[in-house]
Amino acid sequence: MIETHHSQPATSRGTTLRTEEMILNMGPQHPSTHGVLRLELVVDGEIVVDVIPHLGYLHRCFEKHAEQMSNYQQVVPYVDRMDYVSSMGNEFAYVVAAEKLLKIQVPERVDYIRVIMAELQRIASHQIAIGTYGIDIGAFTPFLFLFRDRERILDLFEEACGARLLYNYFWIGGLSHDLPPGWVEKAKAFCAYLKPNIVELNGLLTYNKIFIERTANVGVLPKDVAINYACSGPMLRASGVNWDLRRDDPYSVYDKIEWDVCVGRGEAGTVGDCWDRNIVRVHEMEQSLRIIEQALAMLPEGNVQAALPKRIMPVASEAYARTEAPRGELGFYIISDGTGSPYRIKARGPSFVNLSVITEISRGAMIADLVAILGSTDIVLGEVDR
Amino acid sequence: MDQFLQSIFGDTILTHVFMSVLPLLFLLVCAVVTIYVEMKMAAHMQDRLAYMRTGWHGTLQPVADILKLLQKEDIIPASADKFLFMLAPYIVFVGTYAAFAVLPFSSSYIGSAVDLGLFYVIAVSALVVVGILMAGWASNNKWSLFGAIRSASQVISYEIPAALAVLAVVMITGTMSMNEITKFQEGGIQNWLIFGGPLPIVHKLLLIPVMIVLAVVYYVCSMAEVNRTPFDIPEAESELVQGYNTEFTGMKFAIFYLAEYANLFLVSAIAVVLFFGGWSSPFGSFMSGPWWSLFWFSLKGMLFVCLNIWLRWTLPRLRVDQLMYVSWKVLVPFALVCVVLVGAIMVM
Repeated sequence: MIETHHSQPATSRGTTLRTEEMILNMGPQHPSTHGVLRLELVVDGEIVVDVIPHLGYLHRCFEKHAEQMSNYQQVVPYVDRMDYVSSMGNEFAYVVAAEKLLKIQVPERVDYIRVIMAELQRIASHQIAIGTYGIDIGAFTPFLFLFRDRERILDLFEEACGARLLYNYFWIGGLSHDLPPGWVEKAKAFCAYLKPNIVELNGLLTYNKIFIERTANVGVLPKDVAINYACSGPMLRASGVNWDLRRDDPYSVYDKIEWDVCVGRGEAGTVGDCWDRNIVRVHEMEQSLRIIEQALAMLPEGNVQAALPKRIMPVASEAYARTEAPRGELGFYIISDGTGSPYRIKARGPSFVNLSVITEISRGAMIADLVAILGSTDIVLGEVDR
Repeated sequence: MDQFLQSIFGDTILTHVFMSVLPLLFLLVCAVVTIYVEMKMAAHMQDRLAYMRTGWHGTLQPVADILKLLQKEDIIPASADKFLFMLAPYIVFVGTYAAFAVLPFSSSYIGSAVDLGLFYVIAVSALVVVGILMAGWASNNKWSLFGAIRSASQVISYEIPAALAVLAVVMITGTMSMNEITKFQEGGIQNWLIFGGPLPIVHKLLLIPVMIVLAVVYYVCSMAEVNRTPFDIPEAESELVQGYNTEFTGMKFAIFYLAEYANLFLVSAIAVVLFFGGWSSPFGSFMSGPWWSLFWFSLKGMLFVCLNIWLRWTLPRLRVDQLMYVSWKVLVPFALVCVVLVGAIMVM
């Protein structure tokens, strides 16, 4: 069972001293498993020999629920609750898939608002990722700085759709509400507000000597392993793979906007280490601001709801659409049997796939490193278990 | 002080009881103030207000916290070693409190003016490790045990550079009595040991850089000894849940908490005695006297406590092996070189 061919534990390196291994249960109630994940650790002192993740503590039968809905629109609130810190991203993926199934085109204004919201959500999601990562490493203050800024994003969301966490804002063929008057100016003001705060964050956390010591060269995920395990999002890009669905398989209006794909360069250590995964998220926040500013400038006037029949009845067919959610490739595969309710919906969640690589990159690390590695994968258990 | 108490109670046991209870009163007040200051400082660093409802600006919150802890159910895990589990918090507290006996709080109050004061402090505060190990072992929880083992290795490693820094001070002052070390530095800020002490000017100038390095070494070690960020590895919340005190509730937990804050003040106070003139006024004979010296001692001690709080809420945490690296490969060599230099300068 226990494979140790990847990296030998330090205690058995070059000595004949044998120590006994211990099984240590980490979670589901543990401060840094980011929810209800249980990791069964085989440890040799402080060194992790093997990690066995146990999932399912937050399983809420999303896919079964979706089949029971009487129409396609009713699935959106369930989608919200998958990755609950990036609901806009989930809705985006679902509505893109549903619209592909229905073969409908949404008004241009809808696309731009969706991009703005999705990128704001990406910033908010990365803020949680970086903030909780700071807590994992022992720095508490950056977390609250990031939450202070995240509140501003939630205020913008609340103004647009009335909710702060689970929005039900993207509807099939449009949006639930148009933007309220003055929203665009507030969004522009937010972009100007956030830029200096990212610089402050870098000074406080990202380039802190202790933070670099703790994360650089830890949990290195090589390029080929990342691809073999189908990792996506910042996890994949940090390993040096230049891959972003917004650019490589464009949906919505991303092909009309200019921005850079952030890739890990091994600035502090090796390419694909925990520090790289963190810095990719920091840079993506900056790039998201660029996208938002452009989209706000290009935002056309118009209707926010495409002309749709009252009851959506797609022909018997199937469609798969994938989007770049904050955590990686989020795809929805929808099968329709010609009735009003979906026959089958399958979600491909990035957290679930990214989590699978944890065993591979944690062997031989210390317990403190394991916490750093798990934090850097940025999983949300709501999506892992669905 | 003891003459004053004797004038009230005569030469009875009451005199000694009062003498030994006084630091406890100081410590309780100090812990409550420190908890409040820490929460407020942390909050203002993080753009928050901290508690505002209990009393003016939440000043009664530490009292409310203590009342809450008093009412908590006292849980002893079924599989715990009951005797050790009950004993552990008290051992930790006794180890810390015993060291207060030789702290010179004021020019006229010292619990016990023993000649080996510094030696006694180093020896008796090592008791804390025993208590922590007991707590971790008795809890019968793997995470607690990890915390206890980490703590033991950490405190033992960091005592070595700390002891070397203390040794250098002893080499200059020629005494181990805390009171004598303070008296050595009397006469104003220029006589503090961090500025070379009241020595001839050539010695002084040579000593200043060495003493600054030693003060930093001692302060870093003291942070490690009180188990606070960046050295809070034994109770690293995100790794070990709460470390050795995970299983403790109610008053047992409160005593660990109290011991932590007492220890925090203790190490700051020792740094003050060693390098920053103890209770002596920075202005020579101006603002000196028994009450003023108590004021200066508390003020200087609290300043270092605040410095610790500032660092705690700014820095991330080191890893176990990095912690050992800092101790053995950075602090110990620096401290050793400084001790040799101090010796050479004093012989000159």
